[in-house]
Amino acid sequence: MHDILIQEDILSKNDEIAQENREMLRERGVFSINMVSSPGSGKTSIIEKTIGLVKEFLKLAVIEGDIQTDLDAQRIKRHGIPVKQITTGRTCHLDAHMVHHALPWLFGHKDIKFLIIENVGNMVCPAEYDLGEDMKVAVMSVTEGDDKPLKYPAMFSASQVLLINKIDLLPYTDFNMQRARENALRINPDLLVLETSCVKGSGFSDWCEFLLRSAGADTGPAIKSLIK
Amino acid sequence: MHEMSITLSMMEIVREHMAKNGVGRLKRLRIRVGEFTAVEPHAVRFCFEACVKGTSMEGAVLDIEDVPLMGKCVECNEEFCMEYLLQPCPKCDGVAVTRTTGSELDIVSMEAE
Repeated sequence: MHDILIQEDILSKNDEIAQENREMLRERGVFSINMVSSPGSGKTSIIEKTIGLVKEFLKLAVIEGDIQTDLDAQRIKRHGIPVKQITTGRTCHLDAHMVHHALPWLFGHKDIKFLIIENVGNMVCPAEYDLGEDMKVAVMSVTEGDDKPLKYPAMFSASQVLLINKIDLLPYTDFNMQRARENALRINPDLLVLETSCVKGSGFSDWCEFLLRSAGADTGPAIKSLIK
Repeated sequence: MHEMSITLSMMEIVREHMAKNGVGRLKRLRIRVGEFTAVEPHAVRFCFEACVKGTSMEGAVLDIEDVPLMGKCVECNEEFCMEYLLQPCPKCDGVAVTRTTGSELDIVSMEAE
């Protein structure tokens, strides 16, 4: 009988592929974000609004992850942006392998400098799976409760940015913004927290400036002038 | 549920090590699952027992070590077992606590012949 020491992270396979993805994206100067949230928090609407504001500064592409349908990809397509739908079938999250298969498609489009990956709506599993992105952006909406970060700590710990979305609905909920911010920063003190509304456009100037700066694009005051 | 994809990843790694070591039958597998991972040990066991049927791993004993969530106080360096995520330091009540263990998802070792 052989007693064999292994000492290997079970997710090492995913992490190896994720690192490969990361290197391939960086080699080509592509800034990438992985958007994660519960279903219905507004990820796709945020992406649509972001595209509208950012596309004249930076060429972008989107990878959509859903269990079923290409409905989200169809919405993105209407904005004239290259979009690839990954339909997982049953898997509740994207993994590095799935994104790796999409990279030849991405690199087939010239001069893409910004990749948005919209993960499957799921507040649990995507936290565990590195896709090779530059940063995870968590989204929560004001209808989901200000205690959300406490209930899903792994997701908020793994993210670099938090968008608190649908702030136009604040008058109709008992969501306490200060408490939500405090809860989020307790879980992850390094989180950048922004408040957004797709309907009103609130917060998009800050969000898009942040994205463009992170992607190394030149912005100036142009973004602010786009928000009416 | 992603315990299935985790179990399959685990089996892939084990298969590689079995081949590398020239062993044909897995008898025991030891893994560690941290309390802070989004992984349920019972579900991993269920998936493992289902997936190894008909393979060289069938009948292997799966030992799962639950790794507790441990914290270390940034202020006074006290190390303690965290009963909940935002638990302050039991010694000085400090709220700045670093998680030291609880995020593991490792294959430790195997017995095979």
